[in-house]
Order: sequence, then C-alpha cells, then structure tokens
Amino acid sequence: MGEAIAFYTLAAFILGFAVLVITTKDTVHSVLFLVLDFLFVAALYVMLNAPFLAAIQVLVYAGGIVVLYLFVVMLVNLKRLPEAFQDPNRHGRIGLILSVAVLLELAAIAALGVGSVAPVRTAARALPVTGNTEQVGWMLYTSYLIPFEIASMLLLVAMIGAIVLAKREL
Amino acid sequence: MISAYIPIAIFVVVATGFAIFTLVFTSLIHPEKYNKVKLEPYECGIEPATDARDRYSIRYYLIAMLFVIFDVETVFMFPWAVIFDQLLLFGLIEMMVFIFILVVGYYYAWQKGALEWV
Repeated sequence: MGEAIAFYTLAAFILGFAVLVITTKDTVHSVLFLVLDFLFVAALYVMLNAPFLAAIQVLVYAGGIVVLYLFVVMLVNLKRLPEAFQDPNRHGRIGLILSVAVLLELAAIAALGVGSVAPVRTAARALPVTGNTEQVGWMLYTSYLIPFEIASMLLLVAMIGAIVLAKREL
Repeated sequence: MISAYIPIAIFVVVATGFAIFTLVFTSLIHPEKYNKVKLEPYECGIEPATDARDRYSIRYYLIAMLFVIFDVETVFMFPWAVIFDQLLLFGLIEMMVFIFILVVGYYYAWQKGALEWV
C-alpha cells in the first residue's frame, strides 16, 4: 500500500515535470525541468531496489547528459522571432493521428498484456556476490561480456563523431 | 533497506529548505530601494555586455561531449572495481581491452587538437 502511494506520487511528479519540459517557453528552463525529471526517475530506481542504477541516473543523466543538452540549446540561435520557428511543412494532423494510434497501442498493451508478462528472472539469486553494484558487475563482466566490450566501441564512435562534427578543420 | 536513504532525504529537505528560507527571509527584510545598476544582472563585477542568450562556441559542446564519454567510461569501472577480487586476471584483461579501445579515441582526440582550447 505504502509502496503504491510512493510509486504514484513519483509517477505524478515525473509526468508533471515532463509536461513542463515540453510546455515552457524558455528552452533553458525546459532543460532544467528535465534535470528534476531525471532526479525523480532516479527515485523510482531506488524503489525498484536498483540503487546502482539510481546513482548512475543522477551522475550521468542529471549531471552529464543535461550539460550536453544545455550546450546544444546555447549553440542554437534563440533570438529569432517566434514566427521563424513555424514550419510550413508541418503535418499536425498526421502527427495527431499517429500519436493517438501509439497511445491506443500502449493502452492495449497495458490492459491486455498485464497477466501474460513473464515473471522477471531471479538470476541474481544464483550469483556468487551480494549487493546491487556487485551483482550488476558480476552479470556485466561474465554473462554480458561482449555487449560490454561493444559499448566501448560505441563510446569510441561517439567520441570520433563529436570531434568530426565540431572541429572546423581536421 | 529504506532506512539507508533517510540521510539522503534529510539532505534533500535541508538543501531545498535552505533555498526557500533564504528567498523568503530576504524578501521579508530587504529594503525596497532600486536603481539601474542594482537591477543589472551580476556577472562577477564585470559589466554585462550582451544578452545571456548569446550563441556559444562549439568548443564547449566538444568538451562536454568528451566529458560525458569519459564519465560513462568511469561508470563501467565502478561495478568492475567492487568485484575485481573475484574476476581476477579475466577481469583485468577485459577491462584492459575496454580501456584500450577508448584510449584509441583519446589518442585521436589529442591528435586532432580537440583537447586544446585555442
């Protein structure tokens, strides 16, 4: 019962801040609301008994990714008139139909799929270590070794891509 | 389990409470005297020349991007470090491979002058 109350309170905050992110006029403000949103998502991870993920959410998302967002906002020329942001090729009606379709799809999944979801595998019990961070590490560095090494390639590509995009002459 | 988060909750309450208290308290006691200089944005004592919403140099973005990448790299090291005594040589080798691939990127960034400011 208490858990349900905590979950719905957090969910309300997450949705509320998400709405503020897309409705505020000032882009910098909307990025700051995004920070708050990420912090509440971190609280949700704490509720799911995933403190490692919560700490990473705060460190990487609320701390690092948002800095990137802010710089992207500041790189864009925000001084143009509001009319300059009107896109004549915007298909508002198609967008509305598509978003309603996606919403119905998600509602159908939520309504019909609840009973049929397979229970989460409790593989963590078989691990030789205790503690959330240790378990994450054990899974990552034994079972998911290849994805872990591929992640480094992904980071390499991101690094080279950023340099190629941002440097004027290579 | 949940009691471990009580210090964090206290910290959050004190931090937000201090901010709200400072704003409310100063708005209650401050004198209502304004002039042009007083209402200008404070910028470390330097007179603000332009609007705050100016476009920034792309270099900031590059530095931020490199920061996030090495940030994520460090994140991968946390769970590795706590079970390093159980992974032994196997763990050392896989982390060496991981870091080697990123050092290639670091070398590239260095060679291309992405770490230099001028």
